[in-house]
Amino acid sequence: MPRLPGPIATLPWSMLFIVLALTGFGLVVLYSAAGGELTWALPQGVRFAVFLAMAIAMGFVRPAFYKDWAFAAYAAIVVMLVLVEAIGAISGGAQRWLDFGPIRLQPSELMKPAIVLAVARFYDMLPAREIRGWTAIWPALTLIGVPAALILVQPDLGTATMVTLGGVTVMFLAGVPLRLFIGAGLAGAVVAPLAYFFVLHDYQRQRIAIFLDPERDPLGAGYHITQSKIAIGAGGLTGTGFLQGTQSHFAFLPEPQTDFVFATMAEEWGMIGGLFIILCYALLIRWGVRVALDARGRFERLAAGGLATTIFLYMAINLAMVMGLAPVVGIPLPLVSYGGSAIMTVMICLGVLMSIDRQNRLDPRRR
Amino acid sequence: MIGRRGNPRPAVTETVQQAIFSRRAVFLGAAQAGVAALLAGRMGYIAIAQNQHYRELAEENRIQMRLIPPRRGWIVDRRGAPIAANRSDFRVDLIPDRLDDPDRVIAELTRLLGLSPDAVAQLREDLAEAAGFQPVPVAENLTFEQFAAVTLRQPELPGVSPLRAFARFYPQGAAVGHLVGYVGTPNREEYEAENHNPLLIAPGFKVGKNGLEKTEETRLRGRPGEARVEVTARGRLVRELRTVPDVPGAPLHTTIDLGLQTYVARRCGEQSAAAVVIDVTNGDILCFVSMPSFDPNSFSDGISHAEWDMMSRDERHPLINKVMQGLYPPGSTCKPMTAVALLEAGIDPEQRVNCQRAWRLGNAVFHCSGGPHGPIALHQAISKSCDIYFYQMALQAGVENISPVARKFGMGERFELPFPSQRYGTWPDPDWLRRRFHRAWQSYDTVNMSIGQGYVLVNPLQQAVMVARIVSGRKVMPRIIAERTQPAFEPLEGIDPGHLAFVRAAMSDVVNGGGTASRFRLPVPELMAGKTGTAQVRRITMAERASGVRSNASLAWRMRDHSWFICFAPAQAPRYAACFLVEHGGFGASAAAPMARDVMTYLFDREKAMTALAALERQWGGTLEERMRRRAEQWAAARAAGVEPPPPAGHL
Repeated sequence: MPRLPGPIATLPWSMLFIVLALTGFGLVVLYSAAGGELTWALPQGVRFAVFLAMAIAMGFVRPAFYKDWAFAAYAAIVVMLVLVEAIGAISGGAQRWLDFGPIRLQPSELMKPAIVLAVARFYDMLPAREIRGWTAIWPALTLIGVPAALILVQPDLGTATMVTLGGVTVMFLAGVPLRLFIGAGLAGAVVAPLAYFFVLHDYQRQRIAIFLDPERDPLGAGYHITQSKIAIGAGGLTGTGFLQGTQSHFAFLPEPQTDFVFATMAEEWGMIGGLFIILCYALLIRWGVRVALDARGRFERLAAGGLATTIFLYMAINLAMVMGLAPVVGIPLPLVSYGGSAIMTVMICLGVLMSIDRQNRLDPRRR
Repeated sequence: MIGRRGNPRPAVTETVQQAIFSRRAVFLGAAQAGVAALLAGRMGYIAIAQNQHYRELAEENRIQMRLIPPRRGWIVDRRGAPIAANRSDFRVDLIPDRLDDPDRVIAELTRLLGLSPDAVAQLREDLAEAAGFQPVPVAENLTFEQFAAVTLRQPELPGVSPLRAFARFYPQGAAVGHLVGYVGTPNREEYEAENHNPLLIAPGFKVGKNGLEKTEETRLRGRPGEARVEVTARGRLVRELRTVPDVPGAPLHTTIDLGLQTYVARRCGEQSAAAVVIDVTNGDILCFVSMPSFDPNSFSDGISHAEWDMMSRDERHPLINKVMQGLYPPGSTCKPMTAVALLEAGIDPEQRVNCQRAWRLGNAVFHCSGGPHGPIALHQAISKSCDIYFYQMALQAGVENISPVARKFGMGERFELPFPSQRYGTWPDPDWLRRRFHRAWQSYDTVNMSIGQGYVLVNPLQQAVMVARIVSGRKVMPRIIAERTQPAFEPLEGIDPGHLAFVRAAMSDVVNGGGTASRFRLPVPELMAGKTGTAQVRRITMAERASGVRSNASLAWRMRDHSWFICFAPAQAPRYAACFLVEHGGFGASAAAPMARDVMTYLFDREKAMTALAALERQWGGTLEERMRRRAEQWAAARAAGVEPPPPAGHL
């Protein structure tokens, strides 16, 4: 092998190949979704390049930096979430983002990695013997609950779910007693129906009702799920062929380039394309879990496990949604869907993971 | 503390914690792999197990069957000139089911197409009544620019359907209104009557609503074509996959002479009139006119409230087909036929009756409006129209010898003609009177009947048929749909041709021998024979008789007599039989006879007739279309100003 300069040679190339393959395939799908034009693929490619560069740069920062700043970043994002609420309340309309000149920032999006880092930092500080105590529980739950509640009232059920699951995953990995999770699961089974009737907004309730029975309103709100399933189902094993999908090109499929990009892909590439995407994600997450298992410090371990799970949650919720296994909650498929937020979040996750990976590999005990 | 206080577990050390982490991380990874496998399985289920099902659904999504409404068969006159044809039409419809924001869409269409407030009101009303996919017409006859403007914005206007179709076109407009009827968008009853035939809700498709268009619907409709087209979710056409062309409806050949029809319609002027001309050799109806009429073009496009209001409030009843639905006492026009009955009953044509202008029968006094004629025989009684002769002779012959003959000549007869409704009136006899009014026949009933008053009611078509039968001596049946075969009419049973010749000669003298219509000889070599008729619509009281019968001009229009003229030409070798009625036109010779003269002239010398018409139209203030348009504008302006629109005045 030719000698590459040190920083480049030490990059986690196996992971980067997966990311490049996934994004490359995504750009091909976006090209087709735009009717054979670069309308979406080109800006998305540029965005990907920018955020990939950012992730690689983040990879060169030591994990200690993220550990030190985890709470500060978390606090800043909570403040932004409150700000979003306040602006929405003043302007009289629901809003999810903050305008910073050319950049439109969704704090709820940033909260996805931030909650993982913050909860990981908390368990890192917690003495090992107190893990079975009350003090191991309530601060973490507060850390999770505050942003989740702020996001839920935006209202954004999908992101709130992801933030909660990301934080809870870290709690689980930190070693919080199992019976608490089982108990919470049972409690959830009791609370969920109550929440359905008293907490959720009408449109959210409607989405869930339609998810349970999309055919009851095939032209109205059930339209998304029905058309998405038609696109996936019509694709078959090998798909209808590149640029040949009628569901997306004739506008039957809503959001063919964002939330339902998987359906767009599945119609033209079939089961083969779907398996490719699932496989890429599985390899990416396996890499993330490996990084977590290899990590030395407690923060690094928990953060890596949580971040890998965040990426998994994206993929799982989006795919379940487009296949009619979950209600339509507006979670895109990162690296494939058009749009900057998801790619940014995933790149932050990967950036921190690369940083931990670098530390793992530089660990003298391994050398 | 959540842990069990009494029985503390071994303290968790960092090493233990790391082991827990590894265990749980592996568990988490496995769980995630499980979820991924579940998703892959789900995809396999949808994409492979149910592939067929979803492929069909995707097909259904993108392939739409569009019916191509068939072009309606033409209605043509006896020479093939179009009475009703089709022209290319740009139109816009609304599909209620696909309309998400009617107010916005209507506002946008109003801007693009310049819809009038009246049209918008009509549209909203139609929309409120419409259901589902049944299209509601917005506008027809659009210019290409308007059509293109809507087509371009179609993606922003869900529920709007611009379409290039064919529209019915009646080149002669109002002149053929009551003859052909009109077409219109099928209504709910029609849609249900045809078992929800999808053709009926295809945009732009129309069915016959009246006249020949309605009765000959099956022949004219044709078979729809079918286009399988690929469409986007918004209904935009991607490409046509397969098209089965429509089969146009068969042309309907009529017996009408369109030139004559138009001439007669125009000649009616502002009068409320009906006219029929029949070819006596085969019963062909050459013209079938009822005026004033409606313009079938505007009716077929969907008539506005203002127009409808204007027509339904016109005392001349432009919406009623007077040829077959108007019933009137025939007055003196029944005398030729009564004369035949008298001759058949053995009355001596040379026997004279002394006409003293008034004649007493029991307590009643009957008058002769044209008298006193002095001693008068049958020939003169016809040509001079002496009532008293007919009173007395009818009594002498008896009702039992008159009514059966009247029926042979077509009185009270219903003809097999393709019109949705016809009223066939009454020719009374003692049986009928007992059935209808439960009283015995009296001699004054015979007297009234002899001059076509009393219970006698006929329609103008029956009158024309009567003339055709007097002229031919055969049981002529009128027809309006041309057939190749020359019909063979039976001779009138028990009618002596010599008696008919006698009557025809007398009718010739009505015009050519110093009779009641001697002012209306034809300005051509051919002679016209005829009979005037004046049908009273009111009872003249004894008091009025004493102070002098009021002249028609001094009466309200609705109280004036109906003016009749029946005729045939050429008198020497009859070919055409005709009937003219002018509602409330006064004396028979004053309104109907001049019209008859001009129309008969047209049959022999068009140019002369057209010159006469041109002079009249100048006097009336323009052609039929010009006058109708002006009147509609006046009406609309008055409505817009909120004042009561002026009643029609031209006929007074």
